[in-house]
Amino acid sequence: MIDIKDLCKVYLVGDERVRALDHATLHIYPKEFVSIVGPSGSGKSTLMNIIGCLDVADVGSYHLDNLPIESYTENQLAQIRNQKIGFVFQSFNLIPKLTAEENVELPLIYQKVPRAQRVERVKAALERVGLSKRAKHLPTELSGGQQQRVAIARAIVTRPKLILADEPTGALDSKTSQEIMDIFHELHHQGNTIVLITHDPNVAKQASRSIHILDGRITEVKA
Amino acid sequence: MLSLKMALRSIGANKMRAVLTMLGIIIGVMALVVLVSLVNGATSSVTDTISSLGSSLLTVTIEDDKGQPIDAQTLEDWRQNEEELGQIAPFVTDSVTGSANGESGTVTVYGTTPEYYDIQGLQLAMGRWLKASDLDNHTYVCVINETAAEELIGYTDCVGQAITLNQTKYTVVGVLAEEEDNLTSVFTSGSMVAYLPYTSLVRLSTTASPEITSFYVSAPENGTVEQAEAAMNRILMERFEQDEDAFEVSSQDALENAMSSVTSMLTVMLGGIAGISLVVGGIGIMNIMLVTVTERTREIGIRKAIGASRGTILIQFLMEAVVLCMMGCCLGIFLSWAILQVVNTVVASLDMVFHLNLPVVLIAVGFCFVIGLVFGLYPANKAAKMKPIDALHYGG
Repeated sequence: MIDIKDLCKVYLVGDERVRALDHATLHIYPKEFVSIVGPSGSGKSTLMNIIGCLDVADVGSYHLDNLPIESYTENQLAQIRNQKIGFVFQSFNLIPKLTAEENVELPLIYQKVPRAQRVERVKAALERVGLSKRAKHLPTELSGGQQQRVAIARAIVTRPKLILADEPTGALDSKTSQEIMDIFHELHHQGNTIVLITHDPNVAKQASRSIHILDGRITEVKA
Repeated sequence: MLSLKMALRSIGANKMRAVLTMLGIIIGVMALVVLVSLVNGATSSVTDTISSLGSSLLTVTIEDDKGQPIDAQTLEDWRQNEEELGQIAPFVTDSVTGSANGESGTVTVYGTTPEYYDIQGLQLAMGRWLKASDLDNHTYVCVINETAAEELIGYTDCVGQAITLNQTKYTVVGVLAEEEDNLTSVFTSGSMVAYLPYTSLVRLSTTASPEITSFYVSAPENGTVEQAEAAMNRILMERFEQDEDAFEVSSQDALENAMSSVTSMLTVMLGGIAGISLVVGGIGIMNIMLVTVTERTREIGIRKAIGASRGTILIQFLMEAVVLCMMGCCLGIFLSWAILQVVNTVVASLDMVFHLNLPVVLIAVGFCFVIGLVFGLYPANKAAKMKPIDALHYGG
């Protein structure tokens, strides 16, 4: 599913060169639930950006679903993100002036899915996260947990190969966090590949496999 | 369609700002539409007046007769042989001193023939017009206008009285009614005019000669002025060895043409000034669109992360700018219409009606569209070029 070899990424902060990723190599298999764990500044966000095709590494190779990601243009990457990846962010990243269902619909619009089909799939996705009744609400009218569920619905509505969650519980209290994690477990059981990035060991250990990262290096892989 | 809906929503999300942004376009469109419509309304009113003065008339002036002067017999031959010509009336004018009953003043005298009456559409108040026998006999009779009658003789009903023109006594045989809707009256109102047999004036005046140098031609009942003009040009070209500078045939269309060239220049000039204010409005739109793009950096990041391509983002923001422009344009047109209604009410007594000028409305719509595109392109491109990762982490 994900095949990363010798990935390096260097940022220039002032005059200082920061090695955000230092020859990182990892594999993630289809239908796995993997967590990537590391303290802040460890390079896990950089890794997540690269896995999510939001950024491209300086050196090394990255194959997502057998596609050589380095060789694509910006617009092709947008298309890959649209079709193969579902994003869930720490800060939800919903568009504030669109309702819950419009937010979920957005990636389908970019896929040019016909309207009748869009309506149906949006409905199904919202049902799956238990938010059917809130479909017409704006994000500001929803609680944090509800907003994150909308974000999850948006991520799964395209039936992506990979669900990429960046600290999905970081902005939520522990009870809501667990509810969100339960949704991820459910999605995993239904056969989705999930990569979850977190600094919280309690969240990380719920995954079937944890990949630890420190100073841009993959330090240990725990089953 | 969807991007149109999205554009309308993001404009609707900030109505006050949208209206303020549109203001430049609204005012620009209003300036353009109202000014051009006013000029056109005034023009058509003036042109109507001119054409109501009668444009079924040609004025022919001979500049150089090339040794073949035109006399009364020539005109008579033309009138009988050329089907495209109606009536022909030679005329010669001069200014002389006229006096009667001790009163005196400058009188404009026209030496002409009986046909002049019909050609010019004159109306007699009393008496008779000049007759063919007056010409043949070089009689000392004249027809005067009301102004001349009142100023020289003292009253209008003066048929049979005599007036003296350059020491020669003339009997007044007719008095013309004062007319309002006649081109001649426009130029002669308030001045004294006397009409004499052509042959008599030749004797009276030192400048008039028996050789005819100017005459009026009318179109026949079953023909047009254009045909008469063409025929007259053909005849004179033949006569004067194909020298088009030897004579001039002009109709009152020429006056209308001059008028319309003046007003079309005025229209272009005013339209240009209004166009500049539209461009200024466009700059306002660009300014706000740049602010909007910055404010919505995060939204752009989210959209890009979930798969919006550069083109999609570009179209989204371009659409917003164009929609903003077009809304301003529609509002401006509506307000222009309202203003013209108010103007119409105010000038109702002046016999002028101002309508929205359709071509200029279409031009305004097209121009606004182009302005939206041009000034929306830079901000939209800025949005489209953002890197998703930078945009996503913007402002937290």
